[in-house]
Amino acid sequence: MSSNVDKVWATLEHLTDPEIPVVTLRELGILRDVRETADGVEVVITPTYSGCPAMGQIEDDVRASLEQAGIAARVITQLAPAWTTDWMSDEAKEKLRKYGIAPPHHTPKDVSVVKFVRRADTAPVACPLCGSTHTVVTSQFGSTACKALYRCLSCQEPFDYFKPY
Amino acid sequence: MSTPIDYLLHLADNAVVLGQRNAEWCGHGPILEEDLALANVSLDLIGQARLLYQRAAELMGGDATEDKLAYFRDAHQFRNYTLLELPHHGPLVGYAAADRDYATTIVRNFLYSTLMVLVWDKLLQSKDASLAAIAAKSLKEASYHLHHSRDWLVRLGDGTEESHARVQAAVNHLMPYTEEFWTTSPAEGAAVAAGVGIDVWALRPEWDAMVNEALEEATLTRPNFHGYVTEGKVGLHSEHLSYLLGEMQGLARAHPNATW
Repeated sequence: MSSNVDKVWATLEHLTDPEIPVVTLRELGILRDVRETADGVEVVITPTYSGCPAMGQIEDDVRASLEQAGIAARVITQLAPAWTTDWMSDEAKEKLRKYGIAPPHHTPKDVSVVKFVRRADTAPVACPLCGSTHTVVTSQFGSTACKALYRCLSCQEPFDYFKPY
Repeated sequence: MSTPIDYLLHLADNAVVLGQRNAEWCGHGPILEEDLALANVSLDLIGQARLLYQRAAELMGGDATEDKLAYFRDAHQFRNYTLLELPHHGPLVGYAAADRDYATTIVRNFLYSTLMVLVWDKLLQSKDASLAAIAAKSLKEASYHLHHSRDWLVRLGDGTEESHARVQAAVNHLMPYTEEFWTTSPAEGAAVAAGVGIDVWALRPEWDAMVNEALEEATLTRPNFHGYVTEGKVGLHSEHLSYLLGEMQGLARAHPNATW
């Protein structure tokens, strides 16, 4: 790996998500790659939800960090392969849980997205606060596109669930 | 053969018009959770539209941009299904006005997202790699939209006498507009021939099965329909689209190239 690429990785290593400041862009799988090309270093990011308003901010944050470190690199957005919550490391998931957001389950492997999966067939979401699986969904959509609203019937606390994508 | 621009615009216009319609609930939702849900669904749809407009602009070249395609085309240049531009209530006569009806919103989102999970799934195989990449993202989002609208369809249909009557009225009103899904427009035909689009007609049995199953669970009746088929996707729209575009495009047209 060239020193330029190393330098970019080191610069962006601790850059966090603007909405969820406990996980880094790398841990979320948004920061995909840093590579040396014929005309300079290229930073590859991938959008989460198509309409996530944080993506603009994320791109700005990446550019600003590079600029601050005095590094000239291009930032490009790449759609394929489509971002998935399965790229999130176990460590990142644990950080989410500690922050009060239930981490995403793995996306179902053998089930086509097209086939309607009944809620009763899906695994229960554990409360990030007390660990109880006695929880109910309040709404499939929460404070951001990537989260659903849940409620714990054991400790009565409402909480966010990071939806599998 | 290259990707027909009109095919991308059809997919993009569908998303942007329904996104704009659903966003009308922002701040007016029947309950806070649904207000948030509809805003999130709109964000997904507008995000999908942006990706599709960007791809169309890239193929068009010249000075085409996503903003020009969204804000500086008139109603007859839009290629969305008529179903998606209708207001959130049943048909009215003359100058009559009505409040937004959530049953209409839910039924439309259900009918459209049922179609789109099937469409995006097939478009994963598109020879246009950019379109296939957009399909991969959109499929995940459409499946959440389907979950949401189907849940509410069942809840309202199998709910109170009032909610059942209203959602049945919405089904009766909107179902005829879905006939437009199954005709082949020139753009769709060209996209199929080029291997970048899909033959929507082939999706009909699966769509019918998914719709019928949900309607049955919701204790609703599917109306019989044979008659006039709308043609929004070839640019022949209802009177409602220009009002919708007036609101959506007004700011961009009053202040071209404005930034903030």
